[in-house]
Amino acid sequence: MGMGKKLSQIDRRIIFLVIGLAVALPLLFPIGLQIRVSEPAQRMYKAIDQLPPGSKVLISFDYDPTTMPELYPMNIALVRHCFAKDLKVIGMALWPTGVPLGEEAFEIAAKDYGKSYGQDYVNLGYKAGDIVLISNLGKSIPQQFPIDFRGTPLEELPIMKGVRSLKNIDLVIDLSAGFPGIVEWTMIAGGRHHVKVGGGCTAVSAPSYYPYLQSKQIVGLLGGMKGAAEYETLMNARGAAAGGMDAQSIAHLVIILFIFIGNLFMFLGNKGKA
Amino acid sequence: MADTIGIWVAALLTLFIFSFLYKDNPLYKMAEHLFIGVSAGYWVSYLYQNVFKPNLYNPLFHQGKLLLIIPLILGLMMVMRLFPKIGWISRWSIAFIVGITSGYYLITYLQTNAVDQVRASLLNFSQINNIILVVGVLSGLIYFFFSAEHRGVLGGTAKLGIWFLMVAFGASFGYTVMARISLLIGRMQFLLGDWLGLLH
Repeated sequence: MGMGKKLSQIDRRIIFLVIGLAVALPLLFPIGLQIRVSEPAQRMYKAIDQLPPGSKVLISFDYDPTTMPELYPMNIALVRHCFAKDLKVIGMALWPTGVPLGEEAFEIAAKDYGKSYGQDYVNLGYKAGDIVLISNLGKSIPQQFPIDFRGTPLEELPIMKGVRSLKNIDLVIDLSAGFPGIVEWTMIAGGRHHVKVGGGCTAVSAPSYYPYLQSKQIVGLLGGMKGAAEYETLMNARGAAAGGMDAQSIAHLVIILFIFIGNLFMFLGNKGKA
Repeated sequence: MADTIGIWVAALLTLFIFSFLYKDNPLYKMAEHLFIGVSAGYWVSYLYQNVFKPNLYNPLFHQGKLLLIIPLILGLMMVMRLFPKIGWISRWSIAFIVGITSGYYLITYLQTNAVDQVRASLLNFSQINNIILVVGVLSGLIYFFFSAEHRGVLGGTAKLGIWFLMVAFGASFGYTVMARISLLIGRMQFLLGDWLGLLH
């Protein structure tokens, strides 16, 4: 039996094992490969960095635990950046599962920067309605969220003073794992209410959002774990995403190698038959 | 203590799910069924507490907003799907949703995804990237023009369009691989870090 034939019949569990090792070993023994910051991440950073202190940023936690490795690190990094710049952050979610994740990120970042709930940040919680909700936020935020996630009426929260609708929001950041997500925020908040929109998304969906970046419909985009790692690099705060990039690179190299070897033997096999 | 128990349960369930990579087994099946059951229970209670009660039940029955009888009726009609003989009634609710959503989406979607995108493709040719972008958009569109045979200039341009599409598919595949590996990294970080305490 030729080498190509042998390889084509390889037990796929061996491939799983190799991929598993390619991920586990760099986590245990980090190499410290350089993380280059791409332009979309740089633009997202700049959009937040340019806001004057006290500006209102709305972050929508539209993701769930299944996409946590990609979106949760960027959630923490973005909230940290907002707090570092003394921005007021209003959290909400179009995905119910995003609420506790956003709350956790708030608590971690607030502890680091000494920020207080109600004064510097608030979590409005989840509300059903998808695009209709976004559209209604353009008319009135307190009407859609009369109370916050903890049950406090909005008028009792100092951070919400003067915030009537999306018009009073300086930047919307959407952490998007699918529908509803960046597309809906871009269409309604950006397109209809003319609010600046930026965000982060899973790597799977990143290619479909790049056209919005090119057309300047969104101000910046963090794509997957790499985007999160780039933002952590910009913040000089190495977190879970940057810590996983060695493993990401090695795993990709192994997969490229598999594809190369597979194609090579397929090519040689076909040539032999001819 | 509660955190430790939680981490152990999560770690063991992760390993049970990973065991499917070796072969199907009762531990994997147990974890899978547990996940489905817990998810269903979670969603029912969450939607009842966070959607049904604040948006319909409380305003209608405690605040007297009688207009909400209409969505209540439409919702009940939707439930008729559970009874095959009168399942057709649910089509009225579906028609309402489809109609509203289409109307809502049409203009905004067209503006965001067609008009603004076309506008963004009208670029001057002072930069190489702009030229690539415009050529890519035009050749890609020509590939999907099926009203004339793809021969001559049209055929050549369509072929170029295929190349651009292949590059796009390749980039998409690369991102998909990255997403899947990220999920594995997330679980590995949990197992090696949170559970075994090997990561610093």
